[in-house]
Amino acid sequence: MATVQIDLPEPTRERKRNLLDFADWSEAEVAALFDTADVMAQVLTRTIKKVPALQGFTVGTLFFEDSTRTRLSFERAARAQSADVISFAAGGSSLSKGESLKDTLRTIDQMQADVYVVRHPAAGVPYQLARWTDASIVNAGDGRRAHPTQALLDAFTFRNRFPGFDGFAGKRLVIVGDVVHSRVARSDVELWRLLGGEVVLCGPAPLLPPEVAPGVRHSHRLADAVEGAHAVMALRLQRERMTSGLLPSVAEYVARYQVTEEVLRMAHEDALVMHPGPMNRDVEIAGNVADGPRSVIEAQVASGVPIRMAVLYTLLVGKR
Amino acid sequence: MRLKARLMNDEEVGRALRRIAHEIIERNKGAENLALVGIHTRGVPIAERLAGLIGEFEGLTPQVGKLDITLYRDDLTEIALQPVVKKTEVPFDVHGKRIVLCDDVLFTGRTARAALDALIDMGRPAVIQYAVLVDRGHRELPIRADYVGKNVPTSHQEVVKVKIASVDNADAVELHELEP
Repeated sequence: MATVQIDLPEPTRERKRNLLDFADWSEAEVAALFDTADVMAQVLTRTIKKVPALQGFTVGTLFFEDSTRTRLSFERAARAQSADVISFAAGGSSLSKGESLKDTLRTIDQMQADVYVVRHPAAGVPYQLARWTDASIVNAGDGRRAHPTQALLDAFTFRNRFPGFDGFAGKRLVIVGDVVHSRVARSDVELWRLLGGEVVLCGPAPLLPPEVAPGVRHSHRLADAVEGAHAVMALRLQRERMTSGLLPSVAEYVARYQVTEEVLRMAHEDALVMHPGPMNRDVEIAGNVADGPRSVIEAQVASGVPIRMAVLYTLLVGKR
Repeated sequence: MRLKARLMNDEEVGRALRRIAHEIIERNKGAENLALVGIHTRGVPIAERLAGLIGEFEGLTPQVGKLDITLYRDDLTEIALQPVVKKTEVPFDVHGKRIVLCDDVLFTGRTARAALDALIDMGRPAVIQYAVLVDRGHRELPIRADYVGKNVPTSHQEVVKVKIASVDNADAVELHELEP
């Protein structure tokens, strides 16, 4: 096929193959992805919210676990760049008839998608799929392991909140709540550390991971954890944690770990309040804080499509 | 790459840009409703220069926009390395405007094709014209420039490099040859 002559040498970069987690990503690569997401956000403000960049590419969404919002966000991100989308709601398909994951992928691979966006209740499935296909893989959440695009949009939201942002070094993120069951928290910690920030995890002992990663501090007292923080992220408290005996009661959790205005007074004066959603208002976060001036929860949601556009662009362009 | 010839010096580039500025004014009967849009990278300082000259001649400086065409390229499924996407900044409504697209070199015409698509996605300009400092031939699409600084016959082994004072310290057009 005829290739197009480029008129002059121009800046280019090597393509990343997958987004599984951030283990093989550098700080510079994430920064470049954020710059691309800025352009994508601008595209979404135009009258015609669509560019032809991914024309001829096919994005397959492969969700073995329900998630309407993440799936829609990826599909929008694909279509806004003119890619074709095929969706597999794998929950009710052949897997329940006893087909192996590998055989399912082999069948789906016949549709020749260039990238699969994968969510699976078991950790590691996206990694395994990446070994079995030539297509790129985007991890859209695997078990409790990782949810990298959520972490990207969280960090992107934080970065965009400050004009002339000077980097994540010295910026402290506090994640409050059910960290141990949260793939979002794991990815946030991984990315925030990669970008050079500090992380404090806060919650009752049964909800914090037993291991302590380098550069990450644990705290059981919210007031201590939040002191001097630049971002406070509350995680959703799932009701089933009560019934499984990890927590005595919602009331006790609320009393000790709800993110309130009073708690925020301990934080840095510019501190932002974040929540990856879905939110239990007045459980892990006070309603007036969620709606308050420091809250960027809506901006987090708005960052979803441009970040996912940038991820698809970054993985696909230069693939063939 | 080896420098083969200097095609235009400081003075010649300046003269060509002044002539193009006059031609733009003449063709559009003034600077009313006129806007210049530079294509990243070297089209941007050229658009800024032309806007300044038009302002000087007419007393009315047209607005300037910056256009990145990466997302509109027709080779994104083909290439091996990924072009870095830059920001498009067109701080005015293109609807109904007389737009002059500016670039340094017209070669295959594919950049201009992409720029037209990018611009039209922002609205419906009254007119789009095309100004380049150098036309080096080898068109692959039915595209021509309305304003040309200099026509330069070239071969495919050659590269035309344009330098503009505001970003490169001095104006110049050079012909380089790719090493075999």
